[in-house]
Amino acid sequence: MVILFAWGLYLALWASPPDYQQGDTVRIMYVHVPAAWMAMAIYAAMAVAAVIGFVWRHPLAELFVQAAAPIGAVFTAVCLVTGSFWGRPMWGAWWVWDARLTSVLILFFLYVGYIELSRSFDDPAKGLRAGAILVMAGAINLPIIKFSVEWWNTLHQPASILRMGGPLVDPSMLHPLLVMAAAYLCLFVTLVTMRLETALLQRRARQRRLARG
Amino acid sequence: MIPALLAIVRREVRLSLREGWQAATALLFFILVVMLLAFGIGPDPVLLRRVAPGALWTAALLSCLLSLDRIFAADHYDGMLDRLLASPVPAEGTALAKMLAHWLTTGLPLTVFSPAAGLLMNVPAAVMPVMVASLAIGTLLLTLVGGAMAALMAGSRRGGLTIALLTLPLYVPVLIFGAGALDKALAGKEAGHAVLFLAALLCAALPLAPLGAAAALRE
Amino acid sequence: MSLQATVSPRLPASAASGFLAVSGLACVRGERMVFTDLSFTLAAGHALIVRGPNGAGKSSLLRMLAGLLRPAAGTVGLNGTAMADDGIAWRRNLAWLGHLDALRTTETPRETLRFIARLHGRTDFQTALTALDLDSLADTPIRFLSAGQKRRVALAGLVASNVPLWLADEPTTALDADHAALFQAVLGRHLAAGGLAVLSTHETFPPSAECHELELAAA
Repeated sequence: MVILFAWGLYLALWASPPDYQQGDTVRIMYVHVPAAWMAMAIYAAMAVAAVIGFVWRHPLAELFVQAAAPIGAVFTAVCLVTGSFWGRPMWGAWWVWDARLTSVLILFFLYVGYIELSRSFDDPAKGLRAGAILVMAGAINLPIIKFSVEWWNTLHQPASILRMGGPLVDPSMLHPLLVMAAAYLCLFVTLVTMRLETALLQRRARQRRLARG
Repeated sequence: MIPALLAIVRREVRLSLREGWQAATALLFFILVVMLLAFGIGPDPVLLRRVAPGALWTAALLSCLLSLDRIFAADHYDGMLDRLLASPVPAEGTALAKMLAHWLTTGLPLTVFSPAAGLLMNVPAAVMPVMVASLAIGTLLLTLVGGAMAALMAGSRRGGLTIALLTLPLYVPVLIFGAGALDKALAGKEAGHAVLFLAALLCAALPLAPLGAAAALRE
Repeated sequence: MSLQATVSPRLPASAASGFLAVSGLACVRGERMVFTDLSFTLAAGHALIVRGPNGAGKSSLLRMLAGLLRPAAGTVGLNGTAMADDGIAWRRNLAWLGHLDALRTTETPRETLRFIARLHGRTDFQTALTALDLDSLADTPIRFLSAGQKRRVALAGLVASNVPLWLADEPTTALDADHAALFQAVLGRHLAAGGLAVLSTHETFPPSAECHELELAAA
């Protein structure tokens, strides 16, 4: 993982060429785009796990949702902050009510809502279960939110903002992007495994304490 | 089962009228928020009309949000929720009946008196039908989505503010289509699409919200 | 006392040959094993008094029988039909009373009992009012009642449900000696009519041929 990060960052910060339009600010993209991918992928994984936990009552699935949520929230925050850094020189504003930005912001609130909900019960199992239902409700709502925000955006702002890159991405830029994405994925897997292990150990410790007292 | 559901609706409405004059409170709150927004924005009639859709819908949304935690929390604390869940009425039915009662005491009065708030914001009379129609559908949607979130929170340590945190992101589409309909109507354009979108969302939420709420209440 | 004047609740025909069968029931609360492999059968006309120290799982057992808590293992059946097969059919046979009274202070006993009867598809609630000696209090708002009077309203809910199986957690809490005896008489008539009951209590119940005791050990 460390090697992937080092390699990815090297490629992103030094080895890749500056964009002819965006200059060196394009390097923010190597941090930003994989974070956005992870933000969405983690929510999707949480939704799948929530369904598994809800339907088959698999205990590990609900724990996974809880373990993944804060990591997903951080990736979403990274995506928003780096996007803002990129937007300042590119769009001349820290924040633009672009459909994509707005949707990601709402995604961030969904993550925070889950974290808040899953911790607000005296019985941890109940919190996990309520959280799983919320994640599923959010998964149903996300496409609707995305669609409505796009509709709202076209209603208010005729497409005047600068869109990024275009469909053509040069291999010299794609390569570091993919390496960074792989590094993010490894980081996520490592962190989630650690958090799951901790959660299981905590549960066992609680059981021991209750059995003794 | 239908008489039992009606009995739940009737009890909820009776209680909310008796315990806190909820219908009147929600309505007054709605008008007050609109008034405050007008005070904040200034008396310019053109500007007021320009921001009317956002102002009216934000006020409606907040007024609905305020009373959400009453739907399930009170019954949870006094033990009635257990009695309802142990009764032959399915949990989905209980949830739907309670949500409908909430709408009857918040969304409905708000919709009926919304022309008054519209006048405060300099909304022309010709636009009132679109406003009333979109509010009628939209407030029911707000109640259904918020009610499901309130069901998730029943029995948790935290109350109203956390419900708001969970609910507000999910309210975005309702706000967009509701305010969008009014916006288009004010601009003299066809507003039917946005209202139909709201109706479509309502069709989806009508079965899904009670299902989700019931899943949260059982256990 | 009004005891002699009351009519014993009529029970659905299925209750006459009813029996409650519990086998291999296990309870896990907050990741902790409370009891395992609990089995018993209870024939129509009999009551089970559940006893045990705090935390032994008395309430949890009752909640499982009411379908409010999912058993970690084991089955529950009435008249040979398992609860897991059809939750609504199961709940049609039972009335639940938790340790909380499930009353709202602004309602009257009459409104409360009418609601509970409706919930179970019944219309007669007058019998229940009379059975628990509440006729004179029927239209007094519950906020003016004492703790014992409130408990009687809650107990009357069992009668108003008019179902074979009563599940009650600490039914005689807050009752004075006379009214505890009144409840035992009401219970006696329920059993005599072929009903069943599972109750948890710390108080002494007069020994009788219909009442059996189940002692849950400390976990």
